[in-house]
Amino acid sequence: MSAGGTVQAVVTGVGVAAPNGMGTEAYWAATLAGRSGIAPTTRYDASGYPLRLAGEVRDFDPGEHIPSRLLPQTDHGTRLSLYAADEALRDSALDPGRLDPYGMGVATASSMGGFEFGQRELQNLWSKGGRFVSAYQSFAWFYAVNTGQVSIRHGLRGSSSTVVTDAAGGLDALGNARRQIRKGTTAMLAGSVDGALCPLGLAGQLSSGAMSTGSRADRAFLPFADGAGGQVPGEGGAFLVLEDAVSARRRGARSYGELAGYAATFDPAPVPSDQAGEGLVRAIRRALRDAGTAPEDVDVVFADAAGVPELDRAESRALGEVFGPGGVPVTAPKSMTGRLFAGGASLDLATALLALRDGAIPHTANVSRPGPGHPIDLVTGEPREADLRRALVVARGRGGFNAAAVVRRDT
Amino acid sequence: MSDANTAVTELSVEDLTSIMRSSAGEDESVDLDGDILDSAFTDLGYDSLALLETVARISRDHGVELGDDVLDDVETPRDLLAVVNRAIAAA
Amino acid sequence: MERRIVITGIGAVAPGKPGAKEYWELISNGRTATRTISSFDPAPYRSRVAAECDFDPLAAGLGRQEVRRMDRATQFAVAAAREAVADSGLDLPADDPAAVGVSLGNAVGCTTSMEEEYTVLSNEGSDWLVDHRYAVPHLYDHFVPSSIAVELARLVGAQGPVALVSDGCTSGLDAIGHATDLIREGSADVVISGGTDAPISPITLACFDAIKATTPRNDDPEHASRPFDATRNGLVLGEGAAVLVLEELEHARRRGARIYAEVAGVGTRCNAYHMTGLRSDGAEMADAITHALAEARLAPESIDYVNAHGSSTKQNDRHETAAFKTALGRHAYDVPVSSVKSMIGHSLGAIGALELVACVLAMRDGLVPPTANLHEPDPVCDLDYVPLRAREAEVDNVLSVGSGFGGFQTAIVLARPERAAA
Repeated sequence: MSAGGTVQAVVTGVGVAAPNGMGTEAYWAATLAGRSGIAPTTRYDASGYPLRLAGEVRDFDPGEHIPSRLLPQTDHGTRLSLYAADEALRDSALDPGRLDPYGMGVATASSMGGFEFGQRELQNLWSKGGRFVSAYQSFAWFYAVNTGQVSIRHGLRGSSSTVVTDAAGGLDALGNARRQIRKGTTAMLAGSVDGALCPLGLAGQLSSGAMSTGSRADRAFLPFADGAGGQVPGEGGAFLVLEDAVSARRRGARSYGELAGYAATFDPAPVPSDQAGEGLVRAIRRALRDAGTAPEDVDVVFADAAGVPELDRAESRALGEVFGPGGVPVTAPKSMTGRLFAGGASLDLATALLALRDGAIPHTANVSRPGPGHPIDLVTGEPREADLRRALVVARGRGGFNAAAVVRRDT
Repeated sequence: MSDANTAVTELSVEDLTSIMRSSAGEDESVDLDGDILDSAFTDLGYDSLALLETVARISRDHGVELGDDVLDDVETPRDLLAVVNRAIAAA
Repeated sequence: MERRIVITGIGAVAPGKPGAKEYWELISNGRTATRTISSFDPAPYRSRVAAECDFDPLAAGLGRQEVRRMDRATQFAVAAAREAVADSGLDLPADDPAAVGVSLGNAVGCTTSMEEEYTVLSNEGSDWLVDHRYAVPHLYDHFVPSSIAVELARLVGAQGPVALVSDGCTSGLDAIGHATDLIREGSADVVISGGTDAPISPITLACFDAIKATTPRNDDPEHASRPFDATRNGLVLGEGAAVLVLEELEHARRRGARIYAEVAGVGTRCNAYHMTGLRSDGAEMADAITHALAEARLAPESIDYVNAHGSSTKQNDRHETAAFKTALGRHAYDVPVSSVKSMIGHSLGAIGALELVACVLAMRDGLVPPTANLHEPDPVCDLDYVPLRAREAEVDNVLSVGSGFGGFQTAIVLARPERAAA
């Protein structure tokens, strides 16, 4: 029941790589149990940096999941992408070989690309010389690498793309995937698994001024809390199989729900703080209109949850303007993973689908209640059971990017 | 740059296999420890990029200059060992 | 009624002098802008040739703060966008800024700035644990290239959808494709689109050296980029930006805008084959072309000019020649095909947009730009590549293609909006 007979895009497969759980069900169980993946940094010696915490993926042995031939040519983030994409495709039970040769494509988002790989090759170049730079550097670090590697791995030759809109990219990639399905592609493997947990990546993140300098894993990233003091970077995200609803029905696929609405907007150049969030309001309203959904029909919001006071205020103000004060349950399970850059919003959308499936809103960890000035019904303490039909997912990227998506459970 | 280890010794098939493993991995369906000398690299699961990386590694680790055209007529490990060892002998 | 998308403004910063007019003068006269790299000492590298922009950001109207803040790729994009918006006659910021979007292509981000900052933070590569205390305040923006789209969006006051499209060497074309999607679906009426890249830096040279993708023809830099020539031996790196103002047709007509061309069809495919390699039959590019033609409702025979990817590598030029034959049939032998990379090199995420600007100007002036340096055609490249000199021809419908690392294959068809087929 979509406007104007538009093709509907449903999610038939989910794959997750997250700091608190590898694989969809492991992640979902950890999230409902309130288990966080934020912990002291182990990937490198962080003792000299003001931020020594990260949401690192720890239960992942690349040799176990990634073909040996791909190991020397892939950044850690690409390996995690391949893992999540594999899982999503397996979960969908869709055999791309049975589709039209160009019937399935890949849409991803990235922020820094294969950055750890890039730092290593920069070091090879500058400390040893050009002959020491890997032949794989030409693509292993660039932003399109995950789209390319995933398409090759699964033989997906349809329209494919990569978008870079900072942390809004996790939704923009899914919006792009839905566009392709509306234009006639049967299915898309789409989403983002992202992260740059290397010293050079951290230097960039620290320069943004948005990072936390807390040293306690359970106090460092507290979106919407009175004590919010910045973000903790993490790595991971999700891939989804987005499929033409007719194709999904015909092959008897299980659907997690429809990607019913999506929109992206951009903030005007820096505005007075009492107007901040207007761009986000427009994105949410456009996405709701696109989904044919009234604000009162939204059952839960997965927030961008920056953890930076003025950004949190802009978001809660926007949610208040659309839904009324406390008008809808709001949550931020990313409080248990850290900010996954472009990967975060893809994971939020996957989480929203799991919440719809199980009738449970995961809570925002480590936050006992929203701070004053946040007129939102933040789900804290423990998951909240509810009959959920529609969820809104919100994402923002540095500089002014806003994206919003509505998912609807099949009824 | 000339700071590569200049251990000028002949390259054995075992050396080559070990370099290939570290610079390009190995195809799960191929036994690199078997008799591979006359197998085509493509049958061993190695593409041109893998060979470029391998040749670069050999060139650095063994301190030999291998020209742009080194791979032009190389199809098998035996071919590659021959051109590399010729270059090592000439060094 | 289906919304149609037209080009109403162009701007370019191409190798040589900045400006669309200067760019067109260069390539329509068959002159090359490839030379020995001057921005740093290329002596340690195998390939030391590139097509550089003689770009002075202050002369291009950027302020000192902007110059300090922006990577070279961002500066190119801003200069090209100013020119394109002025050329379109649009009054920006618009009355309805929410109907204005940005879709910019870029393959390798702010490489130059990233590498410069890296060398400072790492103490010339000696420290893995880089010292963040030496970071510039906008370091994050150099690491995440969405910052380029942010600058452009602020420049034009866009409040609709804004995106950086990063599909390797097809980014410039794919950004235009994304812009047409945004306008067609009604998410925007105007999209500032195009591509930018400034990749000429030590790390880029080193990584292209490692795969021998760039030419070692260092002793003859002006003639180093030789698409379709039997003696070609690699691409020449370039840099630059092109911005095109894309607009919904009725929106453009209402304000009496000059319309250069309609973006009539877009096709994109992935080869799912190899991160850098191409299948020799060009099947995916051929299918992208067929799809773009179908979307444009044009027969292969109606294409008057093909702007090739023509990167001057052994495998690419063969690959796309095969693709043209598959997709265009007999007409592949009759239609003029040329590669402007012979003159301005390969600027990665920018080149697709620069090539579309060349297509637009070919339509305007009835002049097909040549393939420079083509003296000895490769026997397997047996089409009409317009060697050396531009050719006068009536150009109503144009096909432009791109191919890139990651397997991306894109085709765009430009046409006159008043054509009968539509």
